[in-house]
This record gives sequence, C-alpha cells and structure tokens, in this order.
Amino acid sequence: MTSMSEQAPSATSPRDSGSSGATGTFPVKRGLAEMLKGGVIMDVVNAEQARIAEDAGACAVMALERVPADIRRDGGVARMSDPEMIEGIVGAVSIPVMAKARIGHFVEAQIIEALGVDFIDESEVLTPADETHHIDKYAFSVPFVCGATNLGEALRRISEGAAMIRSKGEAGTGNIVEAVRHLRSILGDIRKLTQADAAEQFEWAKQLQAPLPLVQEVAATGALPVPLFCAGGIATPADAALAMQLGAEAVFVGSGIFKSNDPSPRARAIVEATTHFRDAQILAKVSRGLGAPMTGIGMDQVNERYAERGW
Amino acid sequence: MHPVSRPPIGVLALQGAFAAHQQRLAELDVASIQVRRPADLDGLHGLVMPGGESTTMSMLLTSSELFDPIAERIHDGLAVLGTCAGMILLAREVLDGRTDQRCLGAIDLVVRRNGYGRQLDSFECDLALRSGTPDEPPFRGVFIRAPKVEAWGAGVEVLAEHEGVPVLARQRRITVASFHPELTRDARVHAEFVHHLEMESS
Repeated sequence: MTSMSEQAPSATSPRDSGSSGATGTFPVKRGLAEMLKGGVIMDVVNAEQARIAEDAGACAVMALERVPADIRRDGGVARMSDPEMIEGIVGAVSIPVMAKARIGHFVEAQIIEALGVDFIDESEVLTPADETHHIDKYAFSVPFVCGATNLGEALRRISEGAAMIRSKGEAGTGNIVEAVRHLRSILGDIRKLTQADAAEQFEWAKQLQAPLPLVQEVAATGALPVPLFCAGGIATPADAALAMQLGAEAVFVGSGIFKSNDPSPRARAIVEATTHFRDAQILAKVSRGLGAPMTGIGMDQVNERYAERGW
Repeated sequence: MHPVSRPPIGVLALQGAFAAHQQRLAELDVASIQVRRPADLDGLHGLVMPGGESTTMSMLLTSSELFDPIAERIHDGLAVLGTCAGMILLAREVLDGRTDQRCLGAIDLVVRRNGYGRQLDSFECDLALRSGTPDEPPFRGVFIRAPKVEAWGAGVEVLAEHEGVPVLARQRRITVASFHPELTRDARVHAEFVHHLEMESS
C-alpha cells in the first residue's frame, strides 16, 4: 500500500488558481500515477499506433520517436521527440499521454510540459544530458516517472520529486531478466528494511545513499511512497503477469508490442494478463495464438546497458 | 474482523485505484473483496467502481464478462459507489467518450469525460459536504483529469458541488464522485456509503 497524500513531500511549485483549487501539487501528481495502476502503458511512435494502443485497452501511451529496440539498433544520440509528433499523439487519443526527456535535460522537460503532456518520463533510454544531476522535478506542475534498479536509486528519484518509479529492466531487449532483477532488488530490500530497527535504519540510509526520512517512511509502511511500476523487457502476457506477481503495480511495454508480428491482439492480451495476473486459466487463454513476439536479445549480446545510466 | 452482520462489499479491480478504496474501507473496519470475474459478484451488497481509465475499464468489463452481470445486479438494487472513471461508467450519457464506450446508465447524469481538462488542469480543493453540520470540516477533493457533470435529472441528490457543478451525487443506491475520496486519508464519503448500505440492508 502506498502511503496517503498528507505524508507526501509538499510540492514547492504548485500553481494555486484561487477558488478553483491548487494544481501541480504532489497529491495531484501522484494521483494520476494511482489511476494508472493495474494498467499497461504502451510505447507508440505515431498517431496510428496510439489509436491501436487505446483500442487495445492501454491506460496511457508513451510518445517517442523510436522504440528502444530501434534506438539500440541505430545508435547515435537519442533525444526528446519532435513536438509535432507528440502533439499528433495527444490529439489522437483520449487517454493520458507521456513523453520522454533525457536525464537531466530540464529544458526538454519544459518543452514537453508546455505541450500539455500528462506525464514526463526522465528516461535512461534516451542519451543522458547530465552525468551528475537529474531534473529537479518539484520545479514542474506535470508529474514525472523515473527508472530505478534498486531501492536507493528509487528513493533518490522520489526525493527529487518523482511521482512514480518504474523498475528499469533493460529496454529494447524483449528480455525480462533485468526487470525481474530490479523488481526483486527494490521489493526485497523494502521487505528487509521493514525489519530494521531505528539504529539500523540510519545505516540503511547511508548504504542506500537516500534521505533518512524516506528510508524511515518505507520501513514503517513497507512500500515506496509513490507507485512502483515495471518497465524494460516485457514481451508477452506472461511477462506482464510475472512483473505483477512479483509486486509491480502496473507495466510499461515498449518495443514488445509494435516489434511483434501482430501488435493489436498482443497489446490486448497483455492488458488482460495485467488485470488477471494471478489467474492462470485466463493467462493461458489470452496467451494463445498471438503470433511471434519480438525476437529479443540475450544480455551477453547487449551492446550498452541503458539501466546503468542514472545516478 | 468485521461484524458478521455487515454485508460484503466488492471493489471492481480491473484497473485503477482499487487498492486505495480497499484501504479506506479497511479503516472503517469494512472488509472488501476484489472483483475481476462474474463469480466475485455473488452475495455482494455493495460495489465500488474506482478511478482509472474508463476506456480501459469499459473494454475489460466486456472481456471479463462483467458488464451484463453488474447491470443486472444494479437493476436488482445493488448499491454502487463510483469515483471518476466509475462515475463515467455509471452515468446515463458520456460526452467526449469513445464511441464504443459502454455505460451502465445507473444514474441520471450527463458527464463530460476529462471535462476539467488534462493532467496540468488537475487540482485539489476544499469541498463542503451537503450532509454535514455547518461546523463540519471541509473534504479535500482531489480531481485527476476529472469528469464534469453537464446535466442531471430531478431524481439526483447533489451532495457536494464545486463552482456550482455537482461533484458528489446520489440517486437511490448509486453514489458518484468526480473526485477521488479514496486518495485522501478521510473516509467520510466511504462511511456515508457504508452507512446508507447498512440502513437499506437492515
């Protein structure tokens, strides 16, 4: 269970529009993350894919110029998408739209916010713009999601204002192994931390390189103070259900849908698998006859580990 | 443990903030079960339809074969609390929805999907609960890409409003909110729903 709004860090830049209420507050940012739970957020590169994703039951779409598998293949610097392309997707669907900014590139984030996008992913899939600092996410009204490979990284991102954490996995591989590693690391450490006494919590904060108040909160509640989703390597309905059974609260699917042979039924099957993640009968039913998933690659063939980006 | 006399409540768990609703109910010592399949509806006296994406839930209601059973149970008097997407699914008519989006028509409301705007327009504000005494503290309403009520029938009782527009309303056994009472640690809206339910069940 995530803790409730009054325990959240207060935002430093909410816009108070008088009697009509306060916008951009932390509870409002985290509120959208709460609404996406149990759902599937799909990477899309154009309006047509966005409509296919919405038709299949996606709870949100991630607008980007190239899916991670293509970024991996093409190499070069991966940047924020063209605003025209993002606007095209915003206009094509009625569900929330996310877009990616480079780590530390707060101007890309300012531009994405100005486009009216609903969530920004400060993403290691794009080429980092700053090798020391992440974006000060409190400076924005739009909520941010950030990747993490372990509990310390997750808590550092939350201390910077992230309203959602996603385990990083290894994007563009179609291989779930890294996502499982990261989820197990984050959730395993949370379980251990709940057993730590007050003195041990100081040591945890030091080891995790995370703020003590956040460490104490996790120790008390047994959960991150924001939702924890899974990303990076989900290619099948079974992969999505695995992430959910391990403790993820929703899933991102990047290359796994539109790099498969038949995206539409696969997208729908992954949505149903994410809802019925403990029901093996339904999982068996929706996994049938989907055609070939994306080929995927083994970790020993991965040229660059995106998960190692971010600090 | 909850008293045996208490009728069970289900929380629709297809997608969205269902766990937060269960937490609010648990704070009232009300046990709840997650509803994902038709059999989960057996014996329920109340159902919560949470916030989330109404298009996703609408699709899953059909694929999970829950739409028609829930419609029948509502017809037979099932009490329902619907928040945000739940309100959209319960409304008589949805504006700006998808053409294939189905609604249950359980409350005489016309609602505009995302009527309060996108996420950058999402907000929180104090609401006066109509049921409360004059000195009752306001309820902090969190509105996330919220639906806006555009019209309501004479049979609809307005329980709270924001800038002249109903944001909490009830008609017979159906209660709906365009905001998210499950996201604030204030169980008054849930308590009122459970109270209503028990009054009718006894």
